[in-house]
Amino acid sequence: MFLIKKISSLVTVIFGVLLLTFLLIHLVPGDPVDVMLGESASIADRLALRNDLGLNDPLLYQFTTYFNKLAHGDFGQSIHTKTPIIDMLKARYPATLKLALLSLIIGLVIGVPMGIFAALKANHWQDIMVTLISVRFSAMPAFWLGPMLMLIFAVWLGWLPVSGMESNAAIILPALTLGFGLSAILTRMTRTSLLEVLNDDYIRTARAKGLSEKAVILRHALRAALLPIITIVGLQMGSLLAGTVITETIFSWDGIGLLLVESIEKRDYPVTQACVLVVALSYVLVNLMTDFLYRMADPRVKFAS
Amino acid sequence: MKKFALTVLIFWLLAVVLGELLQLKPNQIDLQSILATPSVAHWFGADDIGRDILARVLAGVQVSLLVAVVVTIITILIGVCVGLLAGFYGGTIDRMLMQITDIFLAFPGMLLAIAFAAVLGPGLVNLTIALSVTGWVSYARLTRGQTLGLRNRQHVLAAESLGASVPRMLFKHILPLLASILVVEATYSLASVMIAEASLSFLGLGIQAPNASWGAMLRDGVRYMLVAPHYVLIVGLSLMSLILAINLGGDYLRDKLDVRTEN
Repeated sequence: MFLIKKISSLVTVIFGVLLLTFLLIHLVPGDPVDVMLGESASIADRLALRNDLGLNDPLLYQFTTYFNKLAHGDFGQSIHTKTPIIDMLKARYPATLKLALLSLIIGLVIGVPMGIFAALKANHWQDIMVTLISVRFSAMPAFWLGPMLMLIFAVWLGWLPVSGMESNAAIILPALTLGFGLSAILTRMTRTSLLEVLNDDYIRTARAKGLSEKAVILRHALRAALLPIITIVGLQMGSLLAGTVITETIFSWDGIGLLLVESIEKRDYPVTQACVLVVALSYVLVNLMTDFLYRMADPRVKFAS
Repeated sequence: MKKFALTVLIFWLLAVVLGELLQLKPNQIDLQSILATPSVAHWFGADDIGRDILARVLAGVQVSLLVAVVVTIITILIGVCVGLLAGFYGGTIDRMLMQITDIFLAFPGMLLAIAFAAVLGPGLVNLTIALSVTGWVSYARLTRGQTLGLRNRQHVLAAESLGASVPRMLFKHILPLLASILVVEATYSLASVMIAEASLSFLGLGIQAPNASWGAMLRDGVRYMLVAPHYVLIVGLSLMSLILAINLGGDYLRDKLDVRTEN
C-alpha cells in the first residue's frame, strides 16, 4: 500500500516537474528565438531554430513531443555547439556527483562526531561553543564560505589550488564549502536526537546492567539516535545539489551546475532546461531512496502505514 | 548575543542612513584608486574601477533589504491565502493545492529561482518575481498545517454556527492566531531572501551593473582575489555580520513570541 501510494505521488510530482521545466522556455519575455539568437541572426536561422524547437506547434503537442523525446533519452541539442545535450550531461554529471558525495562524507564525518560530543557535554561550555558555531555556520551561504576558504587556503596559505579540476586536490575546497554547511546542520540534529534518546528507559536499563558508558552510547543510544539523520541527509541533498551550482561557479568545477550557469549566460535555453530537469529529478530520486532507507532501518515504521 | 545582534543591526541601519545623508556616491569611478587598500579616503578600499567599497556596501544593503522586504510580503500574501484555503476547506481543494506545492518543493533549494531568473532575464523586478514565485511554498505549508488544527476549534465552530461568512472566519478567527508564527517565519525568510538575492546576483542573474549588490561584489572580489584580497574579505565580513544579526533577531523573536521550538 505504501509502495503504491508512494509511486502514485511520485508520478504526479515528476509530471509536474516536467511540465514546469517545459513551460520555462515559454516564460521568456518576448520571442524566445529572438532572445536566444540575438538581433543579428538571419531569418533563415530563426525559422530553422523555431522549427527545431517546435515552437510553431500547439502547446499540448509541444509538451507531448517533449515528453516523448525525453522518454527516449533525447534532450535535444545545444543551440550554440549543436552537440546533443545528453552527451553534455553525461560528460558533466559524474563531476557533480563526485563533488556532492565527497561533501556528504565531509558533512557526516565532521557533523556526527561533533553532535555526539555536544550531546555528551550537554549544557557545558563545550556544548554551547559547538552549538553556537554550528547554528551560525549553517546560516552562511556557499558564495560566502567558498571565497573565504579560497582566500585562506589557496591565496594566503597556498596549500590548495585556487580553482579548476586539473589536480586531485582541487576537489577539496569546493567539497569543504558544501560539506561545512551540511556538517553544521548534522551537528545540531545529532545532538538533539541523541539527547532525546539518552533519557529513554532502555538506556537506563543498559546503564543499570553495568555496561560501560562507551557501550551504552555506541551500541544502544547511537543506533536509535542516528535514524532521524537519514531523513535529514536526504532532505539536505536538495540544498547540496542546488549549492553545487554556486560552488561549481566559484571554483570552476566542470559539473552540471557550471553547465547550467554557462548555458544561462549564452542563453542556450534547451541546455538550461535539461540541467534544471536533471538536478530536480536527482533530488526526487534521492528523496525516494531516503524514504525507503528510513523504512528499512527502522522496523517500527511499517510499510503498511 | 541578543544585544550584540541588536547592536549590529542598528549599526547597519545607522550606516545606511548616514550614507544617504552624506550622499556617498557608490557609482563614482576614480581611476586613480583602482583596487586601493583601505585608507582615510576609502575606509573599505576601492573596487576594480576605483569605486568606494564602503559606499557600495551601503548601497547594497539598501537594495538587499528592499528586495527582501518586498519578496517576503508577496510570498506571505500568496502563501497564507493558499494555506488558509487548503486548510479551511480540506478535501479536493486541499489535495489540489498541496499537489502544486509538492511540485514546487520537488525542486531543490534555489534551483527553481535560478531557472526563473534565467528565463525572465536579469534585473530588479525579474529578480523579485523569481524569488516570489518560488518562496510562497513554505508559508502555504505552514499556514495549512496550522489552519487544519484551528478549523475545528470551538470559537471557529461557534462563529460558523452563528452564520459568520467564510472570509470573516478566516480573517477574524483564524488568521490572528497565526500571526506570531508568521512573524517569526518572516524574520528568518528576510535573511534567506537576502542570501538568495545575493546568490542570484553572484551568478549574474540579479541586480545589474552599475548598481551595487553584495552578490556581484563578492563575484568581482573573487576575480581580483589574488591582487586585492581585501575586496572579497570586506564584502564577505559585512555580509556575514548582517546575516548573523538578522538570524539572531529571528531567534530572539521566536523566544519572545514563544512559538513552536525548533524541531
